[in-house]
Amino acid sequence: MNIIVCIKRVPDTADADIFIDKSGKDIDKSGLAFDLNEWDSYAIEEAIQLKEKLGGTVTVLSAGGEDSNESLRKCLAMGADDAFRLTDPAFTGADGFATARILAEAIRKRPFDLILTGTQAEDDGYGQVGVVMAEMLGVPHVSIVNRIEVQEKKIKAHRELEGGLEEVVEVDLPALLTIQTGINEPRYVSIMGIRKVAKKEIKAFGASDLNLKPEEVGLSGSDIQLDKVFLPSVGEGAEMIEGKPEEIAQKVFDILRDKGGVA
Amino acid sequence: MKEIIVVAEHRRGELRDVTWEMLSRGRELSEGFGGELSVALLGKDVKNLAETLKPRANRVLLIEDNRLEFYNSETYEKVLTQLITERKPTLTMIGHTATGMDFAPSLAAHLKIPLATDCIGIEAKDDTFALTRQIYGGKINAAVSFLKKGPQYMVTLRAGAFPVMEKEPLSGEIVSIPSLLTDEGLARRFLEYMEAAAGEVDITQADILIAIGRGIKDAENIPLVKELADSMGGVLACSRPVVDKKWLPKSSQVGTSGKTVKPKIYVAIGISGAFQHVAGMKGAGTIIAINKDPKAPIFGVAQYGIVADLFKIVPVIKEKIKQLRK
Ligand SMILES: Cc1cc2nc3c(=O)[nH]c(=O)nc-3n(C[C@H](O)[C@H](O)[C@H](O)COP(=O)(O)OP(=O)(O)OC[C@H]3O[C@@H](n4cnc5c(N)ncnc54)[C@H](O)[C@@H]3O)c2cc1C
Ligand SMILES: Nc1ncnc2c1ncn2[C@@H]1O[C@H](COP(=O)(O)O)[C@@H](O)[C@H]1O
Repeated sequence: MNIIVCIKRVPDTADADIFIDKSGKDIDKSGLAFDLNEWDSYAIEEAIQLKEKLGGTVTVLSAGGEDSNESLRKCLAMGADDAFRLTDPAFTGADGFATARILAEAIRKRPFDLILTGTQAEDDGYGQVGVVMAEMLGVPHVSIVNRIEVQEKKIKAHRELEGGLEEVVEVDLPALLTIQTGINEPRYVSIMGIRKVAKKEIKAFGASDLNLKPEEVGLSGSDIQLDKVFLPSVGEGAEMIEGKPEEIAQKVFDILRDKGGVA
Repeated sequence: MKEIIVVAEHRRGELRDVTWEMLSRGRELSEGFGGELSVALLGKDVKNLAETLKPRANRVLLIEDNRLEFYNSETYEKVLTQLITERKPTLTMIGHTATGMDFAPSLAAHLKIPLATDCIGIEAKDDTFALTRQIYGGKINAAVSFLKKGPQYMVTLRAGAFPVMEKEPLSGEIVSIPSLLTDEGLARRFLEYMEAAAGEVDITQADILIAIGRGIKDAENIPLVKELADSMGGVLACSRPVVDKKWLPKSSQVGTSGKTVKPKIYVAIGISGAFQHVAGMKGAGTIIAINKDPKAPIFGVAQYGIVADLFKIVPVIKEKIKQLRK
């Protein structure tokens, strides 16, 4: 089974204080820590587990700057065989649609049985790239997958719906699946593990390598653009409880008593 | 005449809430530019649903076929491609749900119609639409515009982001459209639904829920919060990462893919407030959020907020409650 996994390196913003940058169109990412997109860490783990069971290869690719090598190396350390990167100044400003086009063109000429992506990226949250790629490559897809079982030339996949309900579908290979968190337990990558793959070459390809015209990629190839970013209005917002820990605790007790009937 | 088509979402004989939300916003938009609102309903034996939809749109575009009994991205894509190619609606609205996320991106790409996903705001503007999306887990909003100039557009709208307005009924007509589906093989086939296993405790029945998120850092810290829950007679619940890491069972998960809860009190500890979580708990009587990040989106839905390190504040609150309840 030859598997291709698309991964993205994203800033960790849940745990950070973030600020809007001077352009007003994005946040200032200079002080932020970056890591492999959470959903993609489950996708790469799933690919490696399949390879361990069935044989074959795992290739990872990412559209992004040279920094993406860090996340690609993490995937190599987890057990991927090969990694490459799609980098070009012309790719700047790509939305979900344009990103899917770049990835699809890079995959088109490679043999594959299965493509895995994450369900969504933590940063832009389009939840779109995988399904668009499947359409561009003319293969069937299943999204939000939280369990898979490989059968003869097909896969049985569980899709996660709302309220704990799942839908079980069958899909012919080759196919594309977008992977949901919790499908497995992504393995831990040690510093030693990363060091072992530090010298492995990660080839980079640009628009001309993929036979893509400048107007098909980046902002010019996109459906949408971000005009400006701003902090969400908090509506009425929460009443902030401040003071010494003791005072905060007293206030919480008062709320529990008044609103929750805790005596 | 400009037309907006809302794609109705239904499952197991019931229309899902996002359908009414889209129809409500769709109506304001279509009335705003003097257009018409249609709702596309795909399914098997769904005339009863068409009847319920009738007063909320100018027309119900009804496509019935045995092959549409269960949602399938491939049949949906075929039927909607035909419909959209023929009717050329200015705007197609789809829910940003497990279903919409599965077919809208491929449908738009197939039809070469520009798509904006997971919108929380949409306004008509000079023959196009201005959108609002959230990025970085809801910490930042973005004003977004379509780069490609129509004449057709597609959006997926976040479930729960648009209120359902009370409006006088419309005299919608039901237009039956023949389905072009054939028995030719599909590469993807629906097999069955599977229900989640019931858990030991039913969090939907609790008056007081203490919910923990990724901020708890490690399974060994859970007893700390469990003691807090015990001290106030509450039940432990959680966000998705806590279940993904198997620190608590799936039955404890609150959110779109977990449970919807309406306790009297919901204490969210170390939870950022992603929309998929908030969708499951915003109906709680009183929400108290504890988070070390003052910009965490959870403070936008909570009534009370505490900006603190949970490992410092939770033990103090627990002791205080124990002491006062004695
Ligand atoms: C299709 C789909 C369905 C989903 N369904 C659900 C669902 O049903 N339920 C759900 O919850 N999610 C769901 N998600 C996932 C959701 O998008 C978020 O990833 C998830 O809710 C984040 O969980 P969290 O808030 O615990 O973690 P994070 O977003 O990582 O937030 C952790 C928070 O803890 C705070 N924190 C860290 N340390 C401390 C400390 N010491 N003291 C105080 N605060 C601290 C941080 O400031 C941060 O705000 C779904 C996603 C998808 C794509
Ligand atoms: N720049 C990128 N490079 C590689 N894969 C990507 C990129 N952007 C998105 N993806 C893949 O598409 C998935 C969904 O992303 P999105 O549609 O942006 O939410 C991610 O989980 C990745 O697997």
